Amino acid sequence: MIKLFKNLKSYWKNIVGVLTFTMIGVLCELFLPRLMGNIVDNGVVNGDINYILKTGLQMIIFAIVGTSSMIVSAYLSSKTATGFGRDLRRMVFTKVEGYSLNEMEKLGTSSLITRTTNDINQIQQVAIMSLRMMVRAPLMLIGGFVMAFSTNSTLSRVLLISGPLLLIVIATIGRVAFPFFKKIQEKIDKINKVMREELSGIRVIRAFNKVDFEKKRFEKANKDLTETFLKVTRIMTLVMPLIMIILNFTNVAVIWFGSNLISTNNMEVGQLMAFIQYVMQIMFSLIMVSVIFIMIPRASASATRINEVLELQSDIVDGVEKLPENKEGDILELKDVTFNYFDSETPAVKDISFKVKKGQTTAIIGGTGSGKSTILNLIMRFFEPTSGEILLNGKNIKNISQDELRKHFSLIPQKTVLFTGTIRDNIKMGKEDATDEEIIEALKIAQAYDFVQKNKEGLDYILSQGGKNLSGGQKQRLSIARAIVRRPDFYLFDDSFSALDFKTDKILREELKKVTQNSGVLIVAQRISTIMDAETIVVLDDGEIVGMGNHKELLKSCEVYREIAQSQLGEEALKDE
Amino acid sequence: MSEENKDLEKKRKAKRVNNQQGGRGQGGRFATLEKPKDFSGSVRRLAGYLKPYRVRMAIVIFMAIGATIFTVISPIIIGQITTSLYNSITTNTPIDFNFIKNTIFLLIGIYLVAASFSYLQQFLMASVSQRLGYDLRKQANDKIHKLPLKYFDSKTVGEILSRVTNDIDTIISTMQQSVTQLITSALTFIGIFVMMLIISPTLTLITLVTIPLSILITRNIAKRSQVYFSKQANALGELNGHVEETYTGHVTVKAYSRENQFIEEFNEINDRLYSHAWKAQFVSGIIMPLMSLVNNIGYVFVAVVGGIFVLRGNITIGSVQAFMQYTRQFTQPIVQTAEIINILQSTVASAERVFELLDEDEEYDESNKVLKLERPRGEVEFKNVTFGYTKEKPLIKDMNLYASPGETVAIVGPTGAGKTTIVNLLMRFYEIDDGEILIDGVNTKDLKREDVRKLFGMVLQDTWLFNGTIKENIAYGKENATDEEIMKAAKLAQADHFIRTLPKGYDTVLNEEASNISQGQKQLLTIARAILANPTILILDEATSSVDTRTEILIQKGMDVLMKGRTSFVIAHRLSTIKNADMILVMNNGQIIEQGTHEELMKLNGFYADLYNSQFAA
Repeated sequence: MIKLFKNLKSYWKNIVGVLTFTMIGVLCELFLPRLMGNIVDNGVVNGDINYILKTGLQMIIFAIVGTSSMIVSAYLSSKTATGFGRDLRRMVFTKVEGYSLNEMEKLGTSSLITRTTNDINQIQQVAIMSLRMMVRAPLMLIGGFVMAFSTNSTLSRVLLISGPLLLIVIATIGRVAFPFFKKIQEKIDKINKVMREELSGIRVIRAFNKVDFEKKRFEKANKDLTETFLKVTRIMTLVMPLIMIILNFTNVAVIWFGSNLISTNNMEVGQLMAFIQYVMQIMFSLIMVSVIFIMIPRASASATRINEVLELQSDIVDGVEKLPENKEGDILELKDVTFNYFDSETPAVKDISFKVKKGQTTAIIGGTGSGKSTILNLIMRFFEPTSGEILLNGKNIKNISQDELRKHFSLIPQKTVLFTGTIRDNIKMGKEDATDEEIIEALKIAQAYDFVQKNKEGLDYILSQGGKNLSGGQKQRLSIARAIVRRPDFYLFDDSFSALDFKTDKILREELKKVTQNSGVLIVAQRISTIMDAETIVVLDDGEIVGMGNHKELLKSCEVYREIAQSQLGEEALKDE
Repeated sequence: MSEENKDLEKKRKAKRVNNQQGGRGQGGRFATLEKPKDFSGSVRRLAGYLKPYRVRMAIVIFMAIGATIFTVISPIIIGQITTSLYNSITTNTPIDFNFIKNTIFLLIGIYLVAASFSYLQQFLMASVSQRLGYDLRKQANDKIHKLPLKYFDSKTVGEILSRVTNDIDTIISTMQQSVTQLITSALTFIGIFVMMLIISPTLTLITLVTIPLSILITRNIAKRSQVYFSKQANALGELNGHVEETYTGHVTVKAYSRENQFIEEFNEINDRLYSHAWKAQFVSGIIMPLMSLVNNIGYVFVAVVGGIFVLRGNITIGSVQAFMQYTRQFTQPIVQTAEIINILQSTVASAERVFELLDEDEEYDESNKVLKLERPRGEVEFKNVTFGYTKEKPLIKDMNLYASPGETVAIVGPTGAGKTTIVNLLMRFYEIDDGEILIDGVNTKDLKREDVRKLFGMVLQDTWLFNGTIKENIAYGKENATDEEIMKAAKLAQADHFIRTLPKGYDTVLNEEASNISQGQKQLLTIARAILANPTILILDEATSSVDTRTEILIQKGMDVLMKGRTSFVIAHRLSTIKNADMILVMNNGQIIEQGTHEELMKLNGFYADLYNSQFAA
């Protein structure tokens, strides 16, 4: 947490301001009871109305000065805390954008989203509270004590007993209750989980007539949660009454000992009245301080998670060399490429070697987990090979910059990703300066122009987040159009036709052939019909190449390929060959 | 607004829509309020839920009143001590320690009683609201099992979930904290007011001047800060949306080297968020100092005027002291009440969402149906069936179909063609609009829903398993299944082998997303589950995408075992299944467009022939 708060350095002027103005505010606040005491002891007792009025005026001035400085302090602290939040957010987001897939997977996408949003909000909230309360409470505490002490040092001994007592009570209850809070969270998660399962499995539950079973499962979770809740409340409801008793008893003690002091002429009535108010202020600041101490551990969990993001360094470093001029017949080549995921001992892909030639289609087939997508990610340099090398036009891709490398590729990932914005914006991601004509042509090839045209907004049709207002097939076609508009040297299709119906799939691939004539195409697929006519098919099993050749050759030579073909096309289809 | 700005605004809105859930409650107490539709009606209904606890509620209210009275009284008693001290000093008589001692004992007694009252009151209220939460959750869950599937298909899981969890949580915490606080605040306000009047009407008048001032300040500032807070919530929603889509689209962003564009966009939203956020914080942050200024001014007036009154002998010094304490506490209940009213409003809105769920139309009652199929054979017939998800748009018109026991009906068509519609109708997840579906010659409408579903076994692509052991999951289809039966079913489903390789075998607990086994293995478990249930009629989805080739072969073997001797409806992807089917239903755009055997359909040379050629012919 402290590490994170070091980023507040650039706000040091503001923070000094907050401290100063809060101090002024607190001092003004603290002087009021003393002046009030003076009114009683000097004005009322002596019958000096003038003194009373004069002191009253002083009090109003103090009140106004105090409030003004608190407002200035609020202004500075709001700007500081929210500015701090903004800076952190920017730092984290920029950092994450520099991550390779390796780091992404290490921390997890959803966890990174939480870290960038909720965790930073949490920290910002703590910063606001800190600047508002954490500064004020200790000042109030110390100031209150000094004032009480200077009013009457003997009487302030009462505080030495009740102060620590209050802290002990709060700390004890906090310690007893905290594990319960965690438990409650677990029980809430549990009941949500059961509910979520019920909702997502409603068909299965009804199909198997399991309503009573599910009701029992929910009942158990519900009871569990309620009982734990009741246990916590039994403890937590003690807090306020106990605090009130301690505060009030302190008061009583002050009055009793104060009366004794007054009877021996060691104290005046007005002072006693002021003293009682100081005691209240001190005790309230103690409560505030303990609240802060409860908040800190929660925030520190968030801080740790944010630091993790900021400290993780990307393992991919840009090379500085330039790629040789674009020539006909450029190729992409993988040489003995092996790759291990960070958390895995066995390699995801092993000793992969093949070439992708321009003007040809190369396909990779294999089941899930066979490492097909990994190969594409290695080519795009989202991962760094553990050993072996990937060459583009004969140059190791490590030695050029990532931007330079990616310029030559269009990747159409398995999971279609579109962004909030117009269709035009989305297609333009492929080519920043694409004209409407180019965009429309790409849409036509991708079989997307028809449905785009159907909306009266056309290219200006706005996609909601993740393109939720489109069907899976429509999204996939737009993502293909985005790839086409780029006119890259190499197309990398990662199972990119899965959401299309057969007919569209067929037409699209025929149209695609026309534009990819001079490019290299690498297709990853599970459906054998998609890749049957590729010039080279690479068969992958468990991360290793078990066969390479065209459809006919592989049917003869490769058992895995034959198995796949058999299960997808059926015995008879193979006999036809 | 220029064209460009409009576009920008539209885009922002689009980003926000999906984040409203997250945005809710972000601004805390000053966030924009959701207005309930029928406040008093819903409150009355909510109060109805408290009926079983009315004795406890009565005690709670009694305790709250008691605790408040004692709290309000104590300053005046302290004041008496001060007066006695003051009198002794000014008249130079010895201090009356006897009186002070007695009064202090009285105070201690009052404090103890007040504390125990407020403990009891809070404790009882907490237990009442927790039990209320329990009741509401139970009711909501029971309700969910009575709703027709249409309800679930028209809402997202998150939407329904948030009613059962977030909304009910809101109700509980309001009940627990705000309701008694409202009582206490109101009582304290009245009590203090009465005490002040008793002490000195003139001083009370001075204090009263400050009240409109503090109400004015709170109202004005709250209004302003509400604007900033809602702007902040919007910007935050937008920012969250942007982060979410950028991170989930990380690969795409990188592939097209667009990191900088996204960072710029992020910075723009982030800066906007900052400019709203600091204003929101600042404006809400000055309420406290301003209130305390008003308070202090009142305090000064009371000190000055009170001092003068004491001099003139109109009032005792202790009364002034007590009065000053009262003025300090006077504004607090006002601020609190204003806050609680806001909380109450959003709570009632939550309650209304829960009630909405509880009031949904249920599936109609079938307890009067007594007809049962004793020995089902599995003959299925559709007679002139008409159905549409909305009445105006029938998807299926006059459909006829006959399958004798043991036959296979293949359903083919592109994704999204509506193949699940057939499943929905067979299992009576949806009711048909016209015609009848007969099983063994009996109209399924004459049977209870449960009894219809008992006839079916289902293996769908969406493999639903619950958070329990593998054994429990397989046994889901048959109550009191023995271990032998479970293992036998697993063996037939080709699942036994992989289960045994797991460290805990059949006792392995599937985690929440069941991500500790693969998609294919999940499918094998659902096949085992169906085998154990031993249904007369089967509904199968052959799709095995995201399954590795080896497991796919196992799955197909398992399915073949399962289909043997049962009437089967298969969402078919395999050529062998399709070719050997006794009947093929070809679906597109939600409708059945062709129907017949493979040969018949090929002869027809229509959609099916097209489909077949594009997929299977080289």
